[in-house]
Amino acid sequence: MAILEIDHLSRHFEIRPGLIDRTFRKKSSSYIKAVESLNFSVEANEILGIAGESGCGKSTTCSMISNLLDPSAGDIRYEGQSIIGLKGKDLKNYRQNVQMIFQDPYESLNPRFRIVDIIAEGPRALQLWDSAEIMHRVTDMMQKVGLDPKKYAERFPHELSGGERQRVGIASALVMEPKVVVADEPLSMLDVSIRAGIIDMMKELQNDSKFSCIYVSHDLSILGNVCDRLMIMYLGQAMEIGPVEEVIRNPKHPYTKALIGAVPIPDPRSHRERPNIIGDISKPIDPPPGCRFSPRCPYADDSCRENFIELHTDDHISHQVACHKVKV
Amino acid sequence: MILPEKKQTDIVLSVQGLGVQYATAQGPVHAVSDVSFDVYKNEVFGIAGESGCGKSTLIRSLMRLLPDSSTMTASGLQYKGRDLLTMDDETFRKQVQWQEISLVPQSAMNSFNPVYRVGDQVIESMLAHRKMGKKEAAERAAELFDVVGLETGLLRSYPHEFSGGMRQRAMIAMSLSLDPGLIVMDEPTTGLDVLVQERILRRIREIRAEMESAIVLITHDIAVIAEMSDRIGIMYGGQMVEQATAIDLFESPYHPYTLGLNNAFPSIKDIGGDLISIPGSPPTLIGPLNYCPFYERCPFSIDECAHQVPMPKTVGNEHEIRCFRSGDAVDLRRLAKEKTTWRS
Repeated sequence: MAILEIDHLSRHFEIRPGLIDRTFRKKSSSYIKAVESLNFSVEANEILGIAGESGCGKSTTCSMISNLLDPSAGDIRYEGQSIIGLKGKDLKNYRQNVQMIFQDPYESLNPRFRIVDIIAEGPRALQLWDSAEIMHRVTDMMQKVGLDPKKYAERFPHELSGGERQRVGIASALVMEPKVVVADEPLSMLDVSIRAGIIDMMKELQNDSKFSCIYVSHDLSILGNVCDRLMIMYLGQAMEIGPVEEVIRNPKHPYTKALIGAVPIPDPRSHRERPNIIGDISKPIDPPPGCRFSPRCPYADDSCRENFIELHTDDHISHQVACHKVKV
Repeated sequence: MILPEKKQTDIVLSVQGLGVQYATAQGPVHAVSDVSFDVYKNEVFGIAGESGCGKSTLIRSLMRLLPDSSTMTASGLQYKGRDLLTMDDETFRKQVQWQEISLVPQSAMNSFNPVYRVGDQVIESMLAHRKMGKKEAAERAAELFDVVGLETGLLRSYPHEFSGGMRQRAMIAMSLSLDPGLIVMDEPTTGLDVLVQERILRRIREIRAEMESAIVLITHDIAVIAEMSDRIGIMYGGQMVEQATAIDLFESPYHPYTLGLNNAFPSIKDIGGDLISIPGSPPTLIGPLNYCPFYERCPFSIDECAHQVPMPKTVGNEHEIRCFRSGDAVDLRRLAKEKTTWRS
């Protein structure tokens, strides 16, 4: 059963015109449709990757799943129960079970807290265990993420390297024993030689502690290495979802094809098919009603521009494509 | 490094024994030490390395943009036969900087002045370095925008009206403005989306084909450097630990750091393949450098590595490394593929 179900999830941001435009020019608000009717699910114990360019809505989706932002429409169900308007004990329970790992290890740690206090902050705030138990779990978790508690517990974030800080970020998420971890570009600030170690560690921890993970990144090479399934987004709309090998080796959607074709390969002899996509990504302000990719798509016709298309909710496993021109 | 196939006269930039030190409270930091390389006409020379390896300091020293707290030493530094070491700042600024060697700085996206039109800034840079009329400069600016694939109407826009990729392209246009013989690009596509990156890299390739400039491309992205470069230099701890043609570097690497880097970098062609990280972290480079900077992280290090700096050694055609174990390359390549080798 899916642990997390995302059902027709949308988030719109209103842009209100200024006072003068409102009163004299009678301008009405426009909307940034950051996320539009998104359907997907996260199975227990899987890593789902979300890829897309800046402005495609991946971070907005993460914020909604983490309950930091309310959806404009649609629903998020955790173990079958909607999280919209959760209160009291249920909210506390959800907050414990869904944890985030942040992008920037330099900004996301409180510089005045010692490492041990940073990791213990979550359990203390939610009063999960008594203080001896919390300390025990914190030192245990530090060991698991490869930070020697004797050496690191009393240090402050500025004494740590980028890779070590990101390990602290991961430890403070996992010490809560979450069922779902939302990782928003967790490696993008780190050097190549250090990344591989953190990927390995996350895979190992995921195997041991059995949590599901939503892994957001713009780096398809890393996603190909980390994920079980992969979803591609464009301007707030899901374009394609499927098992990671299928999506990368056999992409169906014209956008996915272009995106994968644009990824450089670390081999000077390799040749790849260069994408033939025109134009630049626009802003999702009052977008056209149909497929969001249609203005740049070489195959688009009128029906693409008129009719919105989305992925299905009822089918969790298979390879799906949101394109009028593709029959899977 | 003198090579028979390539003509000596084709050398655009020649760097010999370049070192840069920063004075800090803990003592001098050897950010760059004893780096030598040549860049030839019409080629892309890629320099790859991680943060703190000295790649940005290296190009800052070439452009004379180092802060006062630093000292630069070199046994030779020539641009097209002209000695840059003895040249005074005024001559350098008037005759070389930007006219002959231009720079696309890191995070070029933030390098424009937000309160001036982009076109005016491109024109200003031309007028500052060469005697030319304003009208002529404006025509040249329009031409350049065309080259990098921006509409000429955008010259009248302000930087905030541009997307990141457009700003980057405008910056590249600016660097081309005076037909420099050498363009130094510091992380030109870092922070951009892949489709935008693809387009900019394609432009750079086209520009290289059309103009006779040499390009020095600096990045931490191994995949970008593999696709773009003719020759590659790998930097670590302020030294250029290996340099070779792109093909040689990927197919017969020698230096353990290069081997490790190849293991750690994911490829979209290799889904689910094992990545192996290099344990440890880079050296601080404080104090005299009388050891191989990689020895603490190197699984193949021997006693010598801790007490002596390995000198550059030629191991093949245009292939130079700094490692005491160059003779065991075949074994090292095999061992480096195994995960257990890299466990600290």
